[in-house]
Amino acid sequence: MFLEIKDLSAKIENKNILKSLNLNINKGEVHAIMGPNGSGKSTLANVLAGKEDYEILNGRINFKDNDLFDLNIEERAQEGMFLAFQYPVEIPGVNITPFLHSAINSKRKRMNEEEIDNLSFAKLLKSKASDLGINIDMLKRSVNTGFSGGEKKRYEILQMSILNPDLAILDETDSGLDIDALKIVTDGVNKLKTKDNSFLIITHYQKLLDYIKPDYVHVMVNGSIVKSGGSEIAAEIEKDGFQKFQ
Amino acid sequence: MNSETLNTLNSYSKNKYKYGFVTEIDDEKSKKGLNEDTIKFISQKKNEPEWMLDWRLKAYSKWKKMKEPKWANLSFPEIDYQDIYYYSAPKGFEKKPKDLSEVDPKLIDTYNKLGIPLEEQKVLAGVAVDVVFDSVSVATTYKGELEKLGIIFCSIGEAIQKHPDLIKKYLGSVIPPGDHSFSALNSAVFTDGSFVYIPEGVKCPMELSTYFRINAENTGQFERTLIIADKGSYVSYLEGCTAPKRDDNQLHAANVELIALEDAEIKYSTVQNWYPGDEDGKGGIYNFVTKRGLCAGKNSKISWTQVETGSAITWKYPSCILKGDNSIGEFYSVAITNNFQQADTGTKMTHIGKNTKSKIISKGISLGKSQNTYRGEVSFLRKADKARNYTQCDSLLVGNQCGAHTVPYIDSKNNTAVIEHEASTSKINEDQLYYCRQRGLSHEEAVSLIVNGFCKQVLQELPMEFAVEAQKLVSISLEGSVG
Repeated sequence: MFLEIKDLSAKIENKNILKSLNLNINKGEVHAIMGPNGSGKSTLANVLAGKEDYEILNGRINFKDNDLFDLNIEERAQEGMFLAFQYPVEIPGVNITPFLHSAINSKRKRMNEEEIDNLSFAKLLKSKASDLGINIDMLKRSVNTGFSGGEKKRYEILQMSILNPDLAILDETDSGLDIDALKIVTDGVNKLKTKDNSFLIITHYQKLLDYIKPDYVHVMVNGSIVKSGGSEIAAEIEKDGFQKFQ
Repeated sequence: MNSETLNTLNSYSKNKYKYGFVTEIDDEKSKKGLNEDTIKFISQKKNEPEWMLDWRLKAYSKWKKMKEPKWANLSFPEIDYQDIYYYSAPKGFEKKPKDLSEVDPKLIDTYNKLGIPLEEQKVLAGVAVDVVFDSVSVATTYKGELEKLGIIFCSIGEAIQKHPDLIKKYLGSVIPPGDHSFSALNSAVFTDGSFVYIPEGVKCPMELSTYFRINAENTGQFERTLIIADKGSYVSYLEGCTAPKRDDNQLHAANVELIALEDAEIKYSTVQNWYPGDEDGKGGIYNFVTKRGLCAGKNSKISWTQVETGSAITWKYPSCILKGDNSIGEFYSVAITNNFQQADTGTKMTHIGKNTKSKIISKGISLGKSQNTYRGEVSFLRKADKARNYTQCDSLLVGNQCGAHTVPYIDSKNNTAVIEHEASTSKINEDQLYYCRQRGLSHEEAVSLIVNGFCKQVLQELPMEFAVEAQKLVSISLEGSVG
């Protein structure tokens, strides 16, 4: 099993958010999690990434034969987990090129691969950026600083394409995007998809799933997955809302 | 703040100052304590003319009547001026060595260890260096090459001998000996430092640099530097400093004067890395420094850039007197304090001429239990029509036991003056750390990256040869290798 979440319960500040959640993802699969606001979708993403604000009450997570709880945030990232943030934070004065260069090399170091040199990295970054229709000038700016919502999301996808993760988690990447931006972002994801990597797409709306075809759709309500199936579930939600799952 | 961040911060406080070694060398010292005999001893050691000794003694009599300025946000025990050596030099330094073959190999070794090779072919390309060890200048590189352009770059001691007219005219002209007690003290007992004169119309083709090293125990260092840029000339100058690890506090009281004549520009950069004391606040340099530049001529420009990471106490306000019309003063500062370090630093911009402009960018970073204060004064005199100032002060707190303070004074006697002031104080942001780590960077790398980003506006003002070094120093200061 690639990712196995078993009986997971987690809380933050005395508030139980995840309640006995189960989810299995295999290599090459695209899973979508849909749910109303406050159902715990973003918590799940952050617990997977290792954010330290949450307390794990019960359960276990296996990722690529690792007990995920043995790894800290950066080790999970280096093992190939990538979280595209809902609200990417601004880091003034930190240029994207050295930032991503350090990131890719720390991953390579963990995998005992040779580090990538400055010149090759600059080339790689430029070619990935042009694939995603990102202006070269944007690469000269500080990480997320002064970016519009759409620019930030595109930047997340650029980072994802550079780091080439085994498991990419997209946390409401569609929120705040107009149709054109949504298309660029989803095109990026579709280009990255191979039989060896997996995606976990968290979304509130069905719109995103018009562009990225999930193999499985899960409905999350009140901290647990209440229904799983194919893309027909997304259509059901589009029609009737989350009401009937609650 | 979560536990992992605290762990990282604690590891930062571990103190591994890599310049903390001592050079075992026979030295010759003055008698301990400060009196007229000490001053005569120094003056005689330096083979000074009578007028120089008189100048020193006058400053000394002023100092005796003065008290230390106490307005800074610093606390430290009374300095016992009678418990300090005012002169210390490696034996055999009555005359400055003619070339490196006359220099004790131990000294050459010391500088190699510090990463400042004295052989010209090994020196950073395009940088001329004067090195000062305790109270004497050891060597000055590329002197010959500079002389061809009429540039004088030598120790202040040598300048007193060879260029008395320039010294008489300019020494003490920007910082009068009686300005305050530390300037009076320095004027009385200064030992060595650099002298630079750039002739009219000459753009100095290389960076000039002085490297100060305190080695001897219980010894104060009183550096004196004087830079004169004649009409239409340009020079970029950089100083660096380190000292061994010792449990006692040591005094460093420098005076630096800059004079820019019409259309001249001086760029002065400092990377201050004196021993900061250990993680319990024991030892470290008391750094009381007066730096002041005079934009004497029209369209002249003086720019100060400082990266302050060392010293137990930093008291330092590189300032500009903007006398010439259209003259420009700039101050770019990064001050990092860790453990029990205290820094009270900033600048003074005095607008006298018309259309004068000043810009202040200050970045303070506090870690551990340190206190970091920005103190600045911008004043516009009556005739400073249409003068402008822009001030930006940002403070970054890392951890929750440190302090950041901003004390700006503004005084305007001319109502056409334009003043802009921006200030911010922020804590290192857990969301930024999380973001960086999610991309695979370690906690340390993430902090270093964020802090370097915070300082970028200032670091990019450094001469290119040193910008990379300074970035590393910032990271090391955070890691605790420097403190």
